[in-house]
Amino acid sequence: MSGNSTYKPRSAFMQWLERRLPIGGFIHSSFVVYPTPRNLNYWWTFGGILTFMLAVQIVTGIVLAMHYTPHVDLAFNSIESIMRDVNYGWLLRYVHQTGASMFFGAAYIHMFRGMYYGSYKEPREVLWILGVILLLLMIVTGFMGYVLVWGQMSFWAATVITNLFSAIPVVGDSIVTWLWGGFAVGNPTLNRFYSLHYLLPFVIAGVVVLHIWSLHVVGQNNPAGIEPKSAKDTVDFTPYATIKDSYGLILFCILFAWLVFYIPNYLSHPDNYIMANPAQTPAEIVPEWYYLPFYAILRAIPNKLLGVTALGASILILAFLPWLDTSPVRSGRYRPMFKFFFWVFVVVCIGLGYLGSNQPVGWYVFFARLFTLYYFAFFLIILPVLGLVESTKPLPSSIDDSIAPAKA
Amino acid sequence: MRIQRKLLAQGLLAVLIAGAVAAATNPAAAQETEAATPPKLSWSFAGPFGTYDQAQLQRGLKIYHDVCSSCHSLSLVTFRNLADPGGPGYSPAQAAAFAAQYKLTAADHFPAPNEAVLSAFPAKPPDMSVLAKARGYKRGFPGFVFDFFTQYQEQGPDYIAALLKGYENPPAGVTVPTGTFYNKYFPSHNIAMPQPLSAGQIMYEDGTQPTLENYSQDIAAFLMWAAEPKLVQRKRIGFQVMIYLIVLAGLLYLTKKKVWRAVEKPA
Repeated sequence: MSGNSTYKPRSAFMQWLERRLPIGGFIHSSFVVYPTPRNLNYWWTFGGILTFMLAVQIVTGIVLAMHYTPHVDLAFNSIESIMRDVNYGWLLRYVHQTGASMFFGAAYIHMFRGMYYGSYKEPREVLWILGVILLLLMIVTGFMGYVLVWGQMSFWAATVITNLFSAIPVVGDSIVTWLWGGFAVGNPTLNRFYSLHYLLPFVIAGVVVLHIWSLHVVGQNNPAGIEPKSAKDTVDFTPYATIKDSYGLILFCILFAWLVFYIPNYLSHPDNYIMANPAQTPAEIVPEWYYLPFYAILRAIPNKLLGVTALGASILILAFLPWLDTSPVRSGRYRPMFKFFFWVFVVVCIGLGYLGSNQPVGWYVFFARLFTLYYFAFFLIILPVLGLVESTKPLPSSIDDSIAPAKA
Repeated sequence: MRIQRKLLAQGLLAVLIAGAVAAATNPAAAQETEAATPPKLSWSFAGPFGTYDQAQLQRGLKIYHDVCSSCHSLSLVTFRNLADPGGPGYSPAQAAAFAAQYKLTAADHFPAPNEAVLSAFPAKPPDMSVLAKARGYKRGFPGFVFDFFTQYQEQGPDYIAALLKGYENPPAGVTVPTGTFYNKYFPSHNIAMPQPLSAGQIMYEDGTQPTLENYSQDIAAFLMWAAEPKLVQRKRIGFQVMIYLIVLAGLLYLTKKKVWRAVEKPA
């Protein structure tokens, strides 16, 4: 990884170890003297926050797994038993449950930040694509975790989502049966979801390593969107970035604690406190909030196969973003037209989320379609065209210069 | 370019306003079958310092024991829980004595109701262990935004208390299917449970008025405790965590300022 390793082990043991495994120098160059642009704002603290959330989910998840029973007759009550009889089980469970929301919230902010400042552009395409893979893995892992609760919403969400594969011509139904391990969502489904829900977080951790590795090769983007040119443009990761990230993380944790300790069920549906009942369909089937925009896109399209295709495309299209955006200028700060369309895009995503939580009737359908259209048009029309027609503002000569006028 | 942008913004605004007007006059939104919104009641366990009212939980337990338990199980709650901190405040001996009337021990769970009674209903009456968290009503926009700040989490008990008071004669022209009863808070209005509580039905031992108002609120509070027995502990620890995090954030902010001073204001 980049950074000038000036690491000189002091103790005899570290000198001995360094000659055999240069881990001290590795940590020193990656997390101490690693140069970070000095103009990073607080939107850049979400990478560290996401790493923290992954650790929180893995640690609480491992302990929860010690007490959870993956069986259709026992799963729901085993979670209640965790809440009632395990020491601080309620805390573990609520941290894990709310943690999923905090994880997704942080990921979405991280992505919007990357989009606004053009962090996906050359040479950071692979870094960005690894991020899209991480999002996909998170979506799958979060969905499977939600099913493990085995409440009404768990069961019916599992039924609806796995059934999406039946839209595939010819082999669709066989795929669904294969996914279920039977002819309906049942015990085999719950067991495989449990197995994969335990496995995938470690796959995520592996991709996170690649993501950070790639980041340390190409270096961080920054609000000015220009590469550091001299030592004046960067600061050492430690103490500058570490202290700023720590402060951002603790602010994030205050929000997290507010949800965990005061309103732990604020983001979830009451129906998921009813044990799964295959014989009774709930009045409404809605996913967790972090899937709502995608759910709205799915339901906006009357044809099932096209709807499922749009759902998949809405996530996969992100991977092509580095090539769909034709503008040579990275940061939205110097792109007046992009800035406008970007904020409309943010409003559209939030709007899709709201529409996803409502029944698709009347005007809701109209707006879901309008917003879905904008979502795809943003990637396929607006971004490619903007790069050709937009007159961008002059870029500062260096990161150092980009800060100086603000202070004058 | 500027004109294009302005036009676009105006067009978008026009579409949004048209949509808002259309949504407000949407006939589907004002269906007759829409259940009434339960009124927000005052609960001792609401808010950041909320705790259960022991006397209220004891009254609620009496209602559960005398009325609800004949049809509704409470399978996840044990008799020893009655003596747990943050609960109804019984001593272990009192909890054991309560269990003894069922010929069970304090470690046992509340027994299931008699199967013969249950067979009278088309569907099994729900277990009440997590009922207060499994019921609620849609808050909608912008209510749910305010709920985040006001910590409103009592939709369940509000709904249960309202439902118990919601039995009334159906409006003219509405027929209630046989075997069901009209309730203005029940989503379909036709509930299989006959009105379970009415004024004067149970005599309270602590002098509280035997009104339907009190019954419904007391049983709803008891069910909230049954569903969330660690609520008091959770909020108490939450306050300590909050203080810790806020102090830590303050210290980190000052440290960050100090560390960055050299970079931000070069001498």
